[in-house]
Amino acid sequence: MGLLSLSIWTPIFFGVVLLAFGRDDQAKTVRWIALIGAVISLLVTLPLYDGFKLGTSVMQFVEKAPWISAFNVNYHLGVDGISLWFVLLTAFINVIVIIASWESITTRVNQYMGAFMILSGLMIGVFCALDGLLFYVFFEATLIPMYLIIGIWGGPNKIYAAFKFFLYTLLGSLLMLIALIYLYSKSGGSFDISVWHKLPLSGTVQTLIFFAFFSAFAVKVPMWPVHTWLPDVHVEAPTGGSAVLAAIMLKLGAYGFLRFSMPIAPDAAHEWAWLIIALSVIAVIYVGLVAMVQQDMKKLVAYSSVAHMGFVTLGFFIFNDLGVSGGLVQMIAHGFVSGAMFLSIGVLYDRMHSREIASYGGVVNTMPKFTAFALLFAMANCGLPGTAGFVGEWMVILGAVKANFWLGFAAATALIFGAAYTLWMFKRVYLGPVTNDHVKELQDINAREFLVMSLLAIAVLWMGVYPKPFTDVMDASVVDLLKHVATSKLN
Amino acid sequence: MIDKLSLIAIYPEIVLLVMACVIALVDLYVTSPRRTATYVLALLTLGVVAILQALYATGGQTMYGFSGMTVSDPMSNWLKCFASIAMLVTLVYGRPYSADRGMLRGGEVFTLGLFSLLGMFIMISGSNFLVIYLGLELLTLSSYALVALRRDNATASEAAMKYFVLGALASGFLLYGLSMMYGATGSLDIAAVFKAINSGNVKHQVLVFGLVFVVAGLAFKLGVVPFHMWVPDVYQGAPTSVTLMIGGAPKLAAFAITIRLLVEGMLPLAIDWQQMLAVLAVGSLLVGNLAAIAQTNLKRMLAYSTISQMGFVLIGLLSGVVNGNTLSATTAYSSSMFYVVTYVLTTLATFGVILILARDGFESDEITDLAGLNQRSPAYAAIMAICMFSLAGVPPMVGFYAKLSVLQSLVSSGQTPQIALAVFAVMMSLIGAFYYLRVVKVMYFDEPITATTVSAGADVRTVLAINGALVLLLGLFPSGLMALCADAIAKTLGS
Repeated sequence: MGLLSLSIWTPIFFGVVLLAFGRDDQAKTVRWIALIGAVISLLVTLPLYDGFKLGTSVMQFVEKAPWISAFNVNYHLGVDGISLWFVLLTAFINVIVIIASWESITTRVNQYMGAFMILSGLMIGVFCALDGLLFYVFFEATLIPMYLIIGIWGGPNKIYAAFKFFLYTLLGSLLMLIALIYLYSKSGGSFDISVWHKLPLSGTVQTLIFFAFFSAFAVKVPMWPVHTWLPDVHVEAPTGGSAVLAAIMLKLGAYGFLRFSMPIAPDAAHEWAWLIIALSVIAVIYVGLVAMVQQDMKKLVAYSSVAHMGFVTLGFFIFNDLGVSGGLVQMIAHGFVSGAMFLSIGVLYDRMHSREIASYGGVVNTMPKFTAFALLFAMANCGLPGTAGFVGEWMVILGAVKANFWLGFAAATALIFGAAYTLWMFKRVYLGPVTNDHVKELQDINAREFLVMSLLAIAVLWMGVYPKPFTDVMDASVVDLLKHVATSKLN
Repeated sequence: MIDKLSLIAIYPEIVLLVMACVIALVDLYVTSPRRTATYVLALLTLGVVAILQALYATGGQTMYGFSGMTVSDPMSNWLKCFASIAMLVTLVYGRPYSADRGMLRGGEVFTLGLFSLLGMFIMISGSNFLVIYLGLELLTLSSYALVALRRDNATASEAAMKYFVLGALASGFLLYGLSMMYGATGSLDIAAVFKAINSGNVKHQVLVFGLVFVVAGLAFKLGVVPFHMWVPDVYQGAPTSVTLMIGGAPKLAAFAITIRLLVEGMLPLAIDWQQMLAVLAVGSLLVGNLAAIAQTNLKRMLAYSTISQMGFVLIGLLSGVVNGNTLSATTAYSSSMFYVVTYVLTTLATFGVILILARDGFESDEITDLAGLNQRSPAYAAIMAICMFSLAGVPPMVGFYAKLSVLQSLVSSGQTPQIALAVFAVMMSLIGAFYYLRVVKVMYFDEPITATTVSAGADVRTVLAINGALVLLLGLFPSGLMALCADAIAKTLGS
């Protein structure tokens, strides 16, 4: 079994074991098995980074075996500079989420942990799949555990949120399925993504395929104006679900743009870049403003996610090295930062059972350790230099200025909104005098929460101070991708 | 003088007929209230017949019997094998339910079940209009009696009446259409009819006139819009164990006669019947999915879901011939066959769970009866959830690959109307996802309204576990079954 297969199937194996043998009265054992499973799953992904050869854009750790011979579908896995970090990030976030849910989940613990383990394996599968159908199977299968996570352990309006999540994303991906089947027939019976990359397509066909993929990925990212499911889902989902959703699931969409939309339909991508850029800028500016007026912390962070992902898509569609690399770095950084933001909210929610900004105030007085972490994550969310949030945004803005000064100007302006809504929330929740008795009785974070927070803090600082390991890995693949996208497929 | 080859060709049918008669006799002396001896004998018979069919199928030979009256080819062998297994599973799931409702005072459930299976066998293997019709009548007459088995139950009697009247009407349609074809071509033999139509000497108008009635009759049997009215009422009204007997294995037979009549007999008329099927498919997808949303009764919802699923089967059938070109026919028809087989598999597991949840005096056929099933019995909830996701076409369940292969055969034609139909079909399955998800929601997100534990016999539990696991496992490894269907269709149509 190859390393990528191990990375995918180890968490799924543990998840299935938990589902099959775990019982409600053994919650403690279940938690430990889940943690051990998650750590093992993380460990098996580490050799990927170690053995990854820099400076080449070819797929590495490739595995290929026939899967469905009738359709010439292969179990074809591999990673390049674009996907490698997401495999590691997914496994890492899974560990974090398992630890973070240790005490807050008390009912049906085995199903909760099992769902997260399986979800983690499936998402790694999405990043590794080099076969169109295999990608689709992983991409869609992630909906099932997430649907259950939101619906079983979610908030009061969980059923609405679970359905909205499932149907909204399914709508987009079904159109993508048609595009996949069309490409299969057009390429003479192949689901291989690299074959599709080379497939010549006429302008109209490219446009149709581009929008079919767009419908799937734009919903997932989510881009304005199809972002409306995200705030609803984030508010209702349990903390762990929100963290995984923001940290990894949104990246599946952005990743799809790089792997499918741009290389398969490069001419359409260029032709319609103005639309994507316009939507991204609206996301960055308008959704940033929307975030500012939110009363609910989770909703605020959800809107801030939409705005941050706007930077990612903006970076991708200005078609230069800085922009695409910046977008990728921003995706990873957002994985750490948004995960951390949602987990911080979870820490408060576990104690107060409220997400309203208004019910807090002066938390720093009772929870100084926690507030220090929260400050760091808030700073990273505004893109302060030295934190993970800065690197990607800065690269994207630089790339945008190169492409068009006013575009860069607009994007840079949006940073101010990011700082505004994050810092304003921080001020209202953490600073000032203690406003009510509930806040007065708050206990500072315990060792377990401290562990979660510090792991994330290390990641955020490391990426902010020394982003070289991330950019080095991406470099060759991004250059190659841009070269490919610059070549027209029309002839 | 009956030649030996004919007997070999229908050997499994002979075994089934003899055993059905033997079981009917043996049952007279069975005293146990749960009819254990009859039950075991019936299962043994079904097992043996299934194995026989599988052996014939792997042999891959095509044998004609009784001067072309019947045919035993890989497609029919596999379909008959699956039908036997489906009937076996149906009997296992249904016995506790039937016993609780006084349906086992005699052994009719078993004998009628076997006779209806024999009817399916004859339909599947018929190579002559009249043989197919006789098989169909044997199946439907047994089914009418099965639905009416609880004669003291008002809803069941009503359902039986509806089923009988509408079923007789459908048989009439079919028979009328077949007689028109006979009048036009001068033969009842399917191969001869094909030749006559292909020669171009027969008046097209007469053929199409007959074809309309044949398609209408088939549409009744498949239960597609606008001939679907009986489906919801019968599904809901019939005792659940009988609903499964009607909604499971017979779909395989209905598929087979569609292939026999439309493809093997009237392929030169494909342009005409493909258009009719397209209308039926669009109607079924639309009505089935939209009406299912409004249902509160689980069996009725599944009935509408069946209607929409059959719409997908038709899509596979109608994409075989593109502009008179039959190159992709094998792929298209095998995608339909794969769809039907996986649909039957999923339906069996779905009804298996419903039957397990039903108790004496409690039908468990409302969607709300499943509330909180995950807390009462995680395993059965998981099986039901797998089935629902499969019916909705969410990977990695087997239902996804069924939809994929059907859509693939549609899109590969490259024609704009076909692609538009594919987009329509996926949009409808999005609507379908809603009501399947609602079942999952009720089981997983709602609180249980009863704390009754769910219990079942070892036989039911084992079969249900295997059945549920297959829905998932065939989704992870669909290659084998797909290849089997493709091979069966290729060999059957190639000969």
